[in-house]
Amino acid sequence: MEPHSNMTQKKIGDVVLNVQNISLRFGGVKALTNISFDVREHEVRAIIGPNGAGKSSMLNCINGVYQPQEGSISFRGRTFRHMNSRQVAEMGIARTFQNLALFKGMSVIDNLMTGRNLRIKSGLLAQAFRNPFGIGGAQKEEEAHREFVEHIIDFLEIQAHRKTPVGQLPYGLQKRVDLGRALAMEPQVLLLDEPMAGMNLEEKQDMSRFILDVNDEFGTTIVLIEHDMGVVMDISDRVVVLDYGKKIGDGTPEEVRRNEEVISAYLGTSH
Amino acid sequence: MQHTFPRLLLGHAQSHPEGAAMREKEYGIWQTTTWSGMAQLVEQLACGLHQAGLQRGEHMVVIGANRPRLYATMLAAQSLGAIPIPLYQDAVAAECVFPINNADVRFCVVEDQEQVDKMLEIRERCPQLSHLYYDDPRGLRNYDQPGLHSLASLVEAGQAHAKAHPQLFREQVELGRTEDVAAMFFTSGTTGNPKGVVHTHQTLINRATVGAKFDKLTREDEILAYLPPAWIGQNIFSYAQWLVAGYVVNCPESASTVTIDLKEVGPTYYFAPPRIFEGLLTSVMIRMEDAGAIKRGLFHRCMALARRVGPDRMDGKPIGLLDSIKYRLGDWLVYGPLRNNLGLSRVRVAYTAGEAIGPDLFSFYRSIGINMKQLYGSTETAVFVCLQPDHEARADTVGVPCEGVEIKLSESGEILVKSPGLLKGYYKNEAATAEVLTADGWYHTSDAGFIDASGHLKIIDRVKDVGRLKGGAHDGAMFAPKYVENKLKFFSHIKEAVAYGDQRERVCVMLNIDFDAVGNWAERRNLPYAGYTDLAQKPEVYELIRDCVEKVNADLSRDALLAGSQISRFLVLHKELDADDGELTRTNKVRRGFIAEKYGALVEALYGGKAEQYIQTQVKFEDGRTGSVSATLKLSDAKTFTPVQAAA
Repeated sequence: MEPHSNMTQKKIGDVVLNVQNISLRFGGVKALTNISFDVREHEVRAIIGPNGAGKSSMLNCINGVYQPQEGSISFRGRTFRHMNSRQVAEMGIARTFQNLALFKGMSVIDNLMTGRNLRIKSGLLAQAFRNPFGIGGAQKEEEAHREFVEHIIDFLEIQAHRKTPVGQLPYGLQKRVDLGRALAMEPQVLLLDEPMAGMNLEEKQDMSRFILDVNDEFGTTIVLIEHDMGVVMDISDRVVVLDYGKKIGDGTPEEVRRNEEVISAYLGTSH
Repeated sequence: MQHTFPRLLLGHAQSHPEGAAMREKEYGIWQTTTWSGMAQLVEQLACGLHQAGLQRGEHMVVIGANRPRLYATMLAAQSLGAIPIPLYQDAVAAECVFPINNADVRFCVVEDQEQVDKMLEIRERCPQLSHLYYDDPRGLRNYDQPGLHSLASLVEAGQAHAKAHPQLFREQVELGRTEDVAAMFFTSGTTGNPKGVVHTHQTLINRATVGAKFDKLTREDEILAYLPPAWIGQNIFSYAQWLVAGYVVNCPESASTVTIDLKEVGPTYYFAPPRIFEGLLTSVMIRMEDAGAIKRGLFHRCMALARRVGPDRMDGKPIGLLDSIKYRLGDWLVYGPLRNNLGLSRVRVAYTAGEAIGPDLFSFYRSIGINMKQLYGSTETAVFVCLQPDHEARADTVGVPCEGVEIKLSESGEILVKSPGLLKGYYKNEAATAEVLTADGWYHTSDAGFIDASGHLKIIDRVKDVGRLKGGAHDGAMFAPKYVENKLKFFSHIKEAVAYGDQRERVCVMLNIDFDAVGNWAERRNLPYAGYTDLAQKPEVYELIRDCVEKVNADLSRDALLAGSQISRFLVLHKELDADDGELTRTNKVRRGFIAEKYGALVEALYGGKAEQYIQTQVKFEDGRTGSVSATLKLSDAKTFTPVQAAA
């Protein structure tokens, strides 16, 4: 269905995340060379590029999994030489994974509850030994977190699978749970690593809808890596194009679509 | 006493203010709305709608799934003397245009963004549609169309208005008369525009009361409201009878959670069309096939016992002491857990209606101790015409006329009904009204049927499809194609059947085998086959199908009226009948006339007594290309039986 005309008038704010001159090497292999781009508040920012272009490496640098040799990353005015995973999470940046990082044997609810981990205040002991009267901090806190998780379940329309072990769900739904786990962190910035990889058309449409809804309802800034050009062009506000670790394009989907270098690198060129 | 729905609501709110009226599962928890809470919400909504300008006698469209707040808006409209029109939530936008314009609808209450988008899409074609309210605000934050408001804002406005005019609501309710129009339901006509069926408070409340009394429904009962509220059946079960009996209506969390919610709620009063019962049974059978050998053995032993003694037990007939003990044991081991798993362990009364139900399917549920029964009715009759009493449920009848109903048959065999629940008429369509509602008060159902020896009504077919045999042993006997076809289709091996016999000497059928079921059967017998066409023509398959056909014949021979409809010859078609080829309607009903033309050579061969016939047919593939399939089909005779005269 056509997106409604008044869906597009959202407010894009100031720069929240600024990546400056990042270079990342694994030994002699240059994964990223001198990459700079920024992400503005409330926008959907896509990173695209052919296989091995360095998209996931870029996300891993923002996320603190990789530590770039050069360059810096600023988040809300604070500049870092390199990020630290826990710190990143605490600052409000959450991510999903290309190959899913869920606990397959645990139910959907439990998986989503793990996303609340950073926000749980009561100690391990208090949680382990709850009194039977339902009073006291730990139980109240769990109820509050569970309520939050229920809102995510409602939002992602996975009510029918609350208690299903994640491993038994079809792939498209697992991806949705992965998104839910990231949302449970109440992130300000959400990094999505190929949220639609391996999905059929209908699942892709659903996922696109959810990504736009997250962006719209919660005002979450979204950085996503995606292979499917159609999807990227439809849902992104601005697009960065990488090829062999270098930035070859940056701009609105229309600008990128017209960029000669991008066309030859990503869409192929006739020789 | 003037019975109207709003007054019934106020009665419950007064006598049981804290009792549960509705429950809805939200955020994983069943949230209860009490009768007093419901009455308060209705008052606020009514005041809000009154302030917004909803007039007495005006129509208001409601679109959405079963949601307490949507039911509350229907009550609010009725409190003001306005008439709610529930529309199907899965109808496409264009289908909503006719009802909205036909009834000059200015007010529309919908569930969510999906429905709002639909209404905005048709707004240009429905210029009078000025007030649009939605329940769920998700995704609608940035919509700023004129006249679009949330139900929450309507409630808020209503609250303020009620404060300023504290007597308004009561006064408006007092103005309501039982003979006022209460609701309008649009029935999808097969041809032309849908027709608005007009019902008054009196017609709906009368039928709901009769039904509730018949099955002794009380406020202790629970139902799960999961079918579309625009369908009169759902409206009777979750609205009219809810307000009459005061039971609890539970609204599922979403369409995909119905089976889970069913288990959690454990309704005591349950309704489902046959296909839902069939789906439940199939899921059980598939899971049993995957179970371990011990469990599977136990299941099959217990089910064999259930098949033998279960239906009799349900009918209240005596069964032997030993069987009784065995059944108890089976109940403890299998039937009880099975009922529980289906979410039907608390069911006191379960109804099925809408289409014919297979005898095996019907007796399966009765044999495991579920009181499944059938009823007969339609939108025009406010559902209840016939009901099966407890202990008298049968798969092939639809029960005895219920209180207040008179039934007679016209000369053509059409069922005519007189009942206090008959429609007032079709909205703005006097011609159609005159066609079905004659001056002497009889409603013409366009169903053909008869009352059998035990006083039960038996439906045969649509009147226009019923024909007569001509010549031969059964000259002039009634021929009901759908009745014969349904009997064949109850066999799991037969997917489709097309019966011919009108103006012929005898009855012949063309069949489609069920590829999955027969394929599975063939594999278990090490019978190799290359595809549908090959499998369909195997001699072994013809034997299998002949067996089914002859069983149907034996069954028909016991039927005084329809013994002539026994099948003398049959063939299995080389291709599956398909809607893409125009052989089925989009709702998968066979188009008999079209098929007779397309396969004219086969029909002639059947009646001409040939043993085989070559046929070539065009087929349309899913991608739009066409091709052709050809085969030489075998035609086979089937044994018929001399009619058994029922001892009257």
